[in-house]
Amino acid sequence: MADRKRKYGRAVFADDPGDQRKRTVFPVPAVLLFAAVVVAGMLLRESAMETDFVRKNLPPCAGHLFGTDRMGRDMLARTLAGLSYSILLGLLSSAVSAGIALFLAFLSSLGKAADAAVTWLTDLMMGVPHMILLVLISCAMGKGFAGVAAGVALTHWPGLCRLLRAEILQQTESLWAGIARKLGKSRWYIARTHFLPHLLPQLLVGLTLQFPHAVLHEAGITFLGFGLPPDEPAIGIILSESMAYLSTGKWWLALFPGLALMLTVVFFERMGNALRAAVNPSEVHLVK
Amino acid sequence: MAEEAANVIRFLLKKMLKAAVLLAGVSILAFALVSLSPIDPVRANTGTTAYLRMSPEKRAQMDSYWGKELPAAERYLNWAADFVRGDMGMSQKYNRPVAEVISEKAGNSLALMGTAWVCSGILGFILGAVAGCFRDRRPDKVIRGGALLLAATPSFWLALLLIMVFSVWLRWLPFGMNIPIGVSHSEVGIADRIAHLILPALTLSLTKTADITLHTRQKMLDIMESDYVLFARARGERGSRIVRRHALRNILLPAITLQFSSVSRIFGGSVLVEQVFSYPGLGQAAVDAGLGSDVSLLLAITVFSALLVFTGNLIADLLYGIADPQIRRGRSHG
Amino acid sequence: MKEKQKIIEISGLSVTFEQYDPHSPRRVNLPVISDLNVSVHAGEIVAVVGSSGSGKSLLAHAIFDLLPANAKVGGNIYYLGEEMRRERIRELRGREIALIPQGTGALNPLMKTGRQITNGRKDDACVGEMRNLMRQYGLPRNVEKKYPFELSGGMARRVLLLTALMSHPKLIVADEPTPGMEESLAGQVLADFRNYADQGNGVLLITHDLRAALGVADRIAVFYAGTTLEEAAASDFDRENLLRHPYTRALWRAMPEHGFAVVSGSQPYVKDLPEGCPFGPRCPDKSPACAGEIPVRSVRGGRVRCVCPGEEEKRGEPDGM
Repeated sequence: MADRKRKYGRAVFADDPGDQRKRTVFPVPAVLLFAAVVVAGMLLRESAMETDFVRKNLPPCAGHLFGTDRMGRDMLARTLAGLSYSILLGLLSSAVSAGIALFLAFLSSLGKAADAAVTWLTDLMMGVPHMILLVLISCAMGKGFAGVAAGVALTHWPGLCRLLRAEILQQTESLWAGIARKLGKSRWYIARTHFLPHLLPQLLVGLTLQFPHAVLHEAGITFLGFGLPPDEPAIGIILSESMAYLSTGKWWLALFPGLALMLTVVFFERMGNALRAAVNPSEVHLVK
Repeated sequence: MAEEAANVIRFLLKKMLKAAVLLAGVSILAFALVSLSPIDPVRANTGTTAYLRMSPEKRAQMDSYWGKELPAAERYLNWAADFVRGDMGMSQKYNRPVAEVISEKAGNSLALMGTAWVCSGILGFILGAVAGCFRDRRPDKVIRGGALLLAATPSFWLALLLIMVFSVWLRWLPFGMNIPIGVSHSEVGIADRIAHLILPALTLSLTKTADITLHTRQKMLDIMESDYVLFARARGERGSRIVRRHALRNILLPAITLQFSSVSRIFGGSVLVEQVFSYPGLGQAAVDAGLGSDVSLLLAITVFSALLVFTGNLIADLLYGIADPQIRRGRSHG
Repeated sequence: MKEKQKIIEISGLSVTFEQYDPHSPRRVNLPVISDLNVSVHAGEIVAVVGSSGSGKSLLAHAIFDLLPANAKVGGNIYYLGEEMRRERIRELRGREIALIPQGTGALNPLMKTGRQITNGRKDDACVGEMRNLMRQYGLPRNVEKKYPFELSGGMARRVLLLTALMSHPKLIVADEPTPGMEESLAGQVLADFRNYADQGNGVLLITHDLRAALGVADRIAVFYAGTTLEEAAASDFDRENLLRHPYTRALWRAMPEHGFAVVSGSQPYVKDLPEGCPFGPRCPDKSPACAGEIPVRSVRGGRVRCVCPGEEEKRGEPDGM
């Protein structure tokens, strides 16, 4: 094992390298918290739209932790509802994107021409700025919810596809695949039985790491005015509405919903990295 | 020397051909997408009256792109032929030729993106390199923590925060709009323009700095773990000498690629930032075009943005070709 | 004969990696080297011979303090009788001790070869010396101006060799220095090690090639599964029954001129080391005692880690350490 090429390093300016690394335990309480947010958000959808002009424009207080907006809607309810919408759409999008990435990566393992085509398509997708692509797709689908969902779901595969393709290339070199090919097994058979088990963990990691991008893009395109109608609770819409009240000092309208979105993204990013650490221990075993 | 130049040129020509094909691909994809739009682009926003008021030539041109009686391929070719000649059609939203709208907005956008690109590139490189050198020690922890947090921050929300702090609370900087309301274009002074550029550019820079910092840091770590740095240590080199002699030399190439390939992300980011600050650039125009089904304009902006991205990649390739001895001395890898 | 000065003495060296088990969040300790002993005297070439995967390169990295942060090093390394701590190693490396690394990836891909050989120095004396050495090793003059990717494997290895020779060290640690070289050139490199050692320096040669090692080394340390099983004089390999450890004897029998006899089984992975003697499961003379503590004994002027070392005339006395 020592001759297996092992790379390692250390900070050039390190005086005494410690050896502690945070354990990569799965953050169960945090997962439960986010599940609770999703459920609460779905349940609060109705109350998030409830207007009450008696209590409009309230800054954060005991009854309304995140304050209320110009129509007296509770910002906490709106934020939770928006978050749950974002998380669900993000999950759906990452799953669809992961599926596309997996399919294309397999396709590219079938032959030179297929590989060239997949590479070209990946380059093509990466050639258009992401937000522009989202605007285009939203426009193509008629600017509604479907457009946003399709846009976010259909555009997050290129990075993951590149990763999986590289993984397959590496596996193709392996002995097993060579033998199986000699035995006359079909390429699909090899892909299914040999590559898939290797790819699944990578896929899971990629999916989780893709999620933050999907959520941010969803919020972004909704913020721009595509997707749900204006009074629906979505983080992008809430923030977009808050813009009009910034100059009058209603800071809570923008601060809390955005903060909640940011924390969601941070959480999923950490989870993705923890998963990656669990899946590729060799890659991180040196990282403290 | 002559041979080295020939190698670089050959390498570049290959890359340019590839970029041209990709650009054609982008235009086809974009054309297909806007053609899919369920809203009839010919009459959508112009309204029937505007359509009727159009000159017959314009109407014929529009029909040849968007009318449904011709086959899709033929409509695309009509559009593409006009497009490469510089006739990008009429923008219904702005009621002006698309080429005119683009050239006006592009200036604003390039000022914004250029500023952010330069600032984030320099800052991100320095921070990333420092973090990489001090792996897992305090400077690294601080830089990496900040960058991770910033990378998770929605850029448009960051923009709102900055507005709250600098415009509403401190009243240091103007709220939005490239030009104060009620002032005509020519009256705007350079100082005023800069004042309106600061916050959008800061927002865009901050978001991109996080990105570049994290990537540069990773590259730095890879280099610090490389066999040649290990060997340099075995030869008694240490600390800043390793950074100077080995790390900086090797991190420069990936940093160049990173910087030029960030054009796509910076363009994407500018769409949101321009929207928040009502900054009259291409990003905002793209949103207007998308919301208003102004297909000619949306198509042109898409192609323009892709052109910018591919140009960035080409410049990266060119610099790579000059800086990387492997390409310069003729062992090009695709 | 008066005992020559020990340039380096490694005693009881152990290297353990802390790793993360993919299937549990707990840390696992991976002992890759344990209780390794080897020393090099002035004027001596000592070859550490072991098959691939026995952790030989880690020995070199331990001497030069190049192990990663998650490696724990135990035992002692003495340089000229003085214990080497981390700071001392950092002062010595590149000056009095030089490493010839295993891979040619050790050359900076973006720096011209000449500057790498001189380690950045540009003075005439240094450049002149480099050119002399390059001539001596058949490296064309233009190699100086080339980048590593333009060199053949053999050339790159010679460049690595030159980096070590340029610093006039007391000790060279060479990690597989000859693969990729033509046989005549490899012979020259080894002959130069000989020459270098004869001037009162030491060479620690880490290699998998027993035959090549026997041609040049004074002593052989047999390395197996992270530890040294035997230290023997090269001349002990003249006859099988001069050797002490069953594994060494198996190695001897596996040499082409002795009949290519291959011992069944393979080296255990460090995670599944057996109790007691690591060679136990493959050993023809295995006894229940092999599962216990295995002492290191001095036998016939060499040292062996075995409960019943191969006998020639009589069994040696157990050594106190």
